Amino acid sequence: MSPKGARAVAACAIVLWLAVLVVAALGLALWGSKDRSPPASSSSFGAAFGGPFTLVDRNGAEVTGKTLAGKPYAIFFGFTRCPDVCPTSLARMARLRKQLGAAGMKFNIVFVSVDPAHDRPAAIGSYVDLFGTPIIGLTGSDAQLVQISKGFGVYVKKVPTEGGDYTIDHTAAIYLMTAKGEFAGTIDHHEADKVALEKLQRLIG
Amino acid sequence: MPTIVCRAARAVQRGVAPVLAVAALSAVLPTPLAAEAYQAGAITVSAAWARETVPAQQAGGGFMTVENAGNRPDRLLSATSGVADKVALHIVSMDGGVMRMRPVAGGIAIPARGKIELRPGSFHIMFMGLKAPLRRGESVPVTLRFARAGTITARLAVQPIGAMGPDGGHHGHH
Repeated sequence: MSPKGARAVAACAIVLWLAVLVVAALGLALWGSKDRSPPASSSSFGAAFGGPFTLVDRNGAEVTGKTLAGKPYAIFFGFTRCPDVCPTSLARMARLRKQLGAAGMKFNIVFVSVDPAHDRPAAIGSYVDLFGTPIIGLTGSDAQLVQISKGFGVYVKKVPTEGGDYTIDHTAAIYLMTAKGEFAGTIDHHEADKVALEKLQRLIG
Repeated sequence: MPTIVCRAARAVQRGVAPVLAVAALSAVLPTPLAAEAYQAGAITVSAAWARETVPAQQAGGGFMTVENAGNRPDRLLSATSGVADKVALHIVSMDGGVMRMRPVAGGIAIPARGKIELRPGSFHIMFMGLKAPLRRGESVPVTLRFARAGTITARLAVQPIGAMGPDGGHHGHH
């Protein structure tokens, strides 16, 4: 073999080795990512989302993810002194439910107050009654609210205002949960009613 | 027996009907209030309304349109009302899906020959420490203080909690 030929073979070998390495690396990466990603069915991911949590209803009775299971639900986080986004969102859910007709009662609407210092359970009950459709009003201790906010990935932050008062920054999305308590998507504040209705229809389908 | 029942029903009807009529009227009457305009200097306040509240709420939002016909900008500095301990000027914003409400420092600027809408999702006045719930169909007075125009007392028509505008909007049906 000429020196030129030997060089060509060596180059070829290096390229082949590189190719093998690349394939191996890709394989490892794929295997690794598969290992890290949640088990194939999305439902197990959904089951991890949101729960477990424990809250109290308007009568002070304990409500958990298991209590709510059995019927799909749309859950929203807010506070009664929120003059704008909260009543708008709840009124919208009430309106969408009405548009679904009889099927509208196939899901629960749940409002969680993240302001337990101000919103007593019974007061949350009378607040949700204003919307003219059954809404489950819940709250909990600070620790319980931290737990559910983490579970749903909801941002909640108390912000002091003048005079020792405060307001609460919070995520305004509505979370849709199946009858098994699995995450089924969100309804966004700015989303068109038509899209929201389709999502609710899928949820109760 | 049926006659007695019938007579009783008629008596009830006679007694109740005027009361019902008055109730219906009083429920309807305050609504046009939102269409009323209040003026001082170059400033006109119109389409003023507030959201109904429940007793435990203690806070409620008020909305209106403020128009400045003058050649110089004005500023809504503060508001007061007999129905609440305090009235604050606020702005609401949505940022990355998060609702934030903040007091407006230094008041709300009303541009010359322009208007500012206090509406859901933007500026509002916030009743804090409500002495009584805001009930739909009623109206509540608010005195607004402007840097140039002075004070204007407007009445805010209380709309259902789901309302999105002075007429209750299509969101307000129950």
